[in-house]
Amino acid sequence: MSLLRVTSPHASGLKKVSQVMRDVLLATIPGILVMTWFFGPGTLINLILGGSVALAVEYGVMALRGRDPRVAISDLSVLVTATLLCIALPPYAPWWLIVIGVLTAVLLGKQVFGGLGYNPFNPAMVGYVVLLISFPVQMSSWAVPRELGAVPGIAEALQRVFLPGSIDALTGATPLDLLRQNTGLLFDDLMKTRPELSGWAGVGWFEVNLAFLAGGLWLLYRRVFTWHAPIAMLATLALCALMGFDGGSSQSGGSALFHLFSGASMFAAFFIITDPVSSAVSNRGRLIFGALIGLLVYLIRVLGNYPDAVAFAVLILNFCAPFIDHYTQPTVYGTRKQTP
Amino acid sequence: MRVLHDIHGGIHPPERKGLSQPGKLASLGLPPRLVIPLRQHLGAPAVPVVAPGDTVLGGQLLAEANGVMSVPVHAPTSGTVRAIESRPIAHASGLEDICIEIETDGLDQWVALTGTPQWQECEPAALAERVRDAGIAGMGGAGFPTAVKLTPGPKRPIELLLINGTECEPYITADDTLMQCFADQLIEGAAILAHILGAGAILIGIEDNKPEAIARVQAAVTKAGASIEVASFPTKYPSGGEKQVIEILTGQQVPSGGIPADIGIVCLNPGTAVAVREAIVDGKPLTHRIVTLTGEALSQPCNTLACLGTPIGYLLQSTGWTSEAQQRVIHGGPMMGFAVSNLAAPITKITNCLLAPTEAELPLPEEPRPCIRCGHCAEACPASLLPQQLYWYARAKDQEQLAEHRLFDCIECGACAYVCPSQIPLVQYYRAAKGQIRDSEQERARSDNSRARFEAREKRVAEEAAAREEKRAARKAAAQQQADNGGVDPVQAAIARAKAKKAQQDAQQ
Repeated sequence: MSLLRVTSPHASGLKKVSQVMRDVLLATIPGILVMTWFFGPGTLINLILGGSVALAVEYGVMALRGRDPRVAISDLSVLVTATLLCIALPPYAPWWLIVIGVLTAVLLGKQVFGGLGYNPFNPAMVGYVVLLISFPVQMSSWAVPRELGAVPGIAEALQRVFLPGSIDALTGATPLDLLRQNTGLLFDDLMKTRPELSGWAGVGWFEVNLAFLAGGLWLLYRRVFTWHAPIAMLATLALCALMGFDGGSSQSGGSALFHLFSGASMFAAFFIITDPVSSAVSNRGRLIFGALIGLLVYLIRVLGNYPDAVAFAVLILNFCAPFIDHYTQPTVYGTRKQTP
Repeated sequence: MRVLHDIHGGIHPPERKGLSQPGKLASLGLPPRLVIPLRQHLGAPAVPVVAPGDTVLGGQLLAEANGVMSVPVHAPTSGTVRAIESRPIAHASGLEDICIEIETDGLDQWVALTGTPQWQECEPAALAERVRDAGIAGMGGAGFPTAVKLTPGPKRPIELLLINGTECEPYITADDTLMQCFADQLIEGAAILAHILGAGAILIGIEDNKPEAIARVQAAVTKAGASIEVASFPTKYPSGGEKQVIEILTGQQVPSGGIPADIGIVCLNPGTAVAVREAIVDGKPLTHRIVTLTGEALSQPCNTLACLGTPIGYLLQSTGWTSEAQQRVIHGGPMMGFAVSNLAAPITKITNCLLAPTEAELPLPEEPRPCIRCGHCAEACPASLLPQQLYWYARAKDQEQLAEHRLFDCIECGACAYVCPSQIPLVQYYRAAKGQIRDSEQERARSDNSRARFEAREKRVAEEAAAREEKRAARKAAAQQQADNGGVDPVQAAIARAKAKKAQQDAQQ
């Protein structure tokens, strides 16, 4: 028998990094299923292709860095990065777009800084923004939802991905695009005129957002993250939309419901800005972090030139996170003013 | 009902307290040899007053206190002193320290004890001195000399005596057992302590996972007709930290860097209170304490009243220990205890628990993974620190930022490391960082001191030189002045006088 010399504490909780990552992956499933229902198998192809590339790259880089690649793979963090990026990319995007995006996310977004835990920016959003700036045409061709056109089968989907240009594919404007392009119609009229906008926030998009909201709430219940950043972001976004609604005029920024359930709102609130590594650390800091992202998302959507605003808003706030941290340190025990 | 205040953070690890059957005291017999360290408290080691070969009786003084921050050590039973030498002790770093080894004779003969049942008539200062003479140091784990705590000085009037019966660490049931078995003694001990402190109020705080202890103590209070409040509060680790229990029960916070006496509170362990009662009423020094022996590697986990100095190995073997190939023996609880590196090391005044877990029961930590800044640690921290930032700065050895993030307000409770999904040994980083900061502060103090001394010497030498120069100048000036004014040069005058005297002598001859 030998006596082990280890330091306290000798007990530890049950949740490990790999379990946290696994929870995040599981929580994306409802959203992915709904996306697949409305837009066809494109997202699934994105995920399989992107996931494989991500695993291979992470494995290779960790081996090159002289670390045990199996340990790095087993924490599942690279799969989370790839999954989040691939959900954000348009279904049926050409294969090279996916590959470039994943390579950028894993290499430039994460590994150049030292791998998991050291990246100042959200890796998936780094990949997304690089693609958006470099390949704006491919990035803004979003598939048409089921009710407005035929959803491609597997064979056609694979052809579109791996032989881009061989098929004259049907793509359309997203609800956010339509709103931005609107010049003459009252908001209500716009919603009624365009078939893409039937329902609350656009065909398919409302349901997709609802599914990501469900996944996010499950993560909250599992205590993977705290409510502060997501709620702050959504509340700010809704508040801005209310203030910019302008009575639904032709200059209207869109309704609060529209903003909350269109584009990447719910996905961003629960899956992107909750990335702990690149966000603010204290709960108070996360409130500010989330609220500013909500504000920027609204401003960029309404005043900017890009189809969705989440990626830019997140990267900008990633920059600000250390600054927010500096000013939001919690009051440590014994340092508050005594109340007599 | 007292208004309870919640503390920030905290965790709920499995309690496992039933394992050691709180409330019962098992007898494990007298060990053949006792190894009694001279330092079982915080402060200077006691100075031996016996020599090898001496026979001693139970309760006899073995070593006397060395200064204010020190307490004496007494023999727990009768026997012969065999050695006074360096022995392994229960220490986080596996150190050795001077111990007195006693071969017990099994007779357990004691010196005559003279108690003071009428303690109400005694001066508080005299009673505090008796507490010191009985060798009492805080029995909750820190071993702070109790007499020092009992004399906070006139600038710190004490209003509240708080008996901390929280015992929030998993597994440990020593205080629970003590409160169940010695409730009456606890009440009287608390009354004595309040008398010494001049405290108007006595409050006994017990976590609500100890209903029997709460009931027994409440019954004892009623029976004694004492004006003592018994308060229970929800179970959460680390509510039993001194600062935490004060906030829970009073809503006040001990100022950073201060002590509870700064806000008129003295907080003591129930074991300490019972020991004080024995010391004052029975005149019996502190020679035994209740130890929880627990963990699934023991077939008969229990609480026992053990002689101070009993080797850890003896206690474990007496409780049916089946050791694993790689065994951890933890002194204290699973959250803050340290691993014992030698089974010959004895228990001391601060040993509340020995835990021998199986590997399946408390799995060893995995290889740490990178911090993902998830913030669970910050949610768990009872001091509202940002452990993930402290970890970052500790690794960077950034002492300025560590101070900025208030590293020294960390109580090392381990809640952060418990919840860490990356299994980073955070507390270890903080301990190391604190050590480095203390080292560099000492280094700075030393070099400041050297510089001050060097500068003082330079100044003194320069001053002496200046003084000499000034004197010479003054003499010269005086001579010059005389020559100028009187026209008489004192040297020439002296020469003239000498010549005249010589001439006179010549003339006489």
